[in-house]
Amino acid sequence: MPTPRFDLAISQTLRSGTRSFSLDIALHSDCQQLVVYGPSGAGKSMLLKAIAGLNRPDAGHIRLDGRCLFDSTRGICLSPQQRQLGYLFQDYALFPHLSVRQNIGFGLQRGWLNPGRRRQLAAVDYWLEAFGLGTLADQLPATLSGGQRQRTALARALVAEPRALLLDEPFSALDPALRQQLRSELADLLQRLPIPMLLITHDAADVQAFGQQTLYLQDGRLVEPPAGLTETSHG
Amino acid sequence: MADWMTDPAWTALGLSLRVAGCATLLNLLLGVGVGLLLARGRFPGRNLLDTLLTLPMVMPPTVLGYYLLTLLGRRGPLGGWLDQHFGINLIFTWQGAVIAAALVAFPLVYKPARAAFEAVDGQLEQAGRVLGISEIGIFFRITLPLAWRGILAGLLLAFARALGEFGATLMVAGSIPGKTQTLSVAIYEAVQAGQDDSANRLVLVTSLVCVLVLLLAGKLAPGRLAER
Repeated sequence: MPTPRFDLAISQTLRSGTRSFSLDIALHSDCQQLVVYGPSGAGKSMLLKAIAGLNRPDAGHIRLDGRCLFDSTRGICLSPQQRQLGYLFQDYALFPHLSVRQNIGFGLQRGWLNPGRRRQLAAVDYWLEAFGLGTLADQLPATLSGGQRQRTALARALVAEPRALLLDEPFSALDPALRQQLRSELADLLQRLPIPMLLITHDAADVQAFGQQTLYLQDGRLVEPPAGLTETSHG
Repeated sequence: MADWMTDPAWTALGLSLRVAGCATLLNLLLGVGVGLLLARGRFPGRNLLDTLLTLPMVMPPTVLGYYLLTLLGRRGPLGGWLDQHFGINLIFTWQGAVIAAALVAFPLVYKPARAAFEAVDGQLEQAGRVLGISEIGIFFRITLPLAWRGILAGLLLAFARALGEFGATLMVAGSIPGKTQTLSVAIYEAVQAGQDDSANRLVLVTSLVCVLVLLLAGKLAPGRLAER
């Protein structure tokens, strides 16, 4: 039996004053592209951060392509640095003090210093070209359009050849008019990437464009998708 | 001409610059370190610690000087220990003046440093982690470059404050000409002794240095870097 691409069991409770929220999900899937859909506050970001190692679940395990990232019973918890994942943040989290080129090359250079403004790396050049960012290489993120920011952030995540890609609401920071076009562009690109991918969204249009399998998250639990959604995602 | 060159005002100026420079360097390390700790750390007693660290800003310098004297004096807990184990005595030395000036100016570095670190978007640091960069790399490549302007503004203020320090310095280091007599102290002594010429020169020198510091601050400070 082949190892499943996604094998997760996560339980985590967050407390803030008298309120508490608990995420409790088990997920087993062989699909390469998975979409987790749900309203805001359902725990989607918490799930994604747990996979990336940015927060630590109370119990459970996380395995991607058979590689164990977290296992509470065996005391395994890899740091985010060790997980080697690509993460596309909701508002892209580009480093405002670094140029497009420096942003993309950020993870390729270890140590205490940022890559120099003039430093040319073949892998960075490849993605600059592939995403049509070549002429913008020396600009700062503040001068870019929403779509250009998204591509820069995606290039930054992909340049180090991550083992999986996590996408947090990739279109919510964009102009609605742009969303549809960029959705199909990103869907095309992701089709060609052989790595597991998990996208979280609260936008039903994202569900239609991505994902071979859609899971519905509500109040921290995976539930049966509402009827309307199932139809569209199969259509 | 020779008379002008050997004026004790220059000695006092040199000493003041040395004391303020060392105090600022000390505050760069302490203020930035403690600012980061309180901006990021979550531990009990954090608010109390913040209050204690801000106290030097509102306390009279003579009170601070008295505390230092009690602490660092030969019979004080720290001073006694230093004297016994290393034969170090800080009272009535220029190094003592550095400690006094550093203490008085500390909140001027700590406060803006802490605010600057708190203003850095935590998500950028998370992005750095996911990209495989170590915690120390994240500090030097993301946190510090983004907080730097706020810290620099604090350091310049602290330098100016340390340069003008009078009360605590006099308590701890005294007023030994050529050894611990800084510009501010020298001005006071000159006026007390009725040496108007000397006082005029010292005041002129101090004013010039202050204008220079301000001009330098204008060159380095926010604005220029922000444009890029």
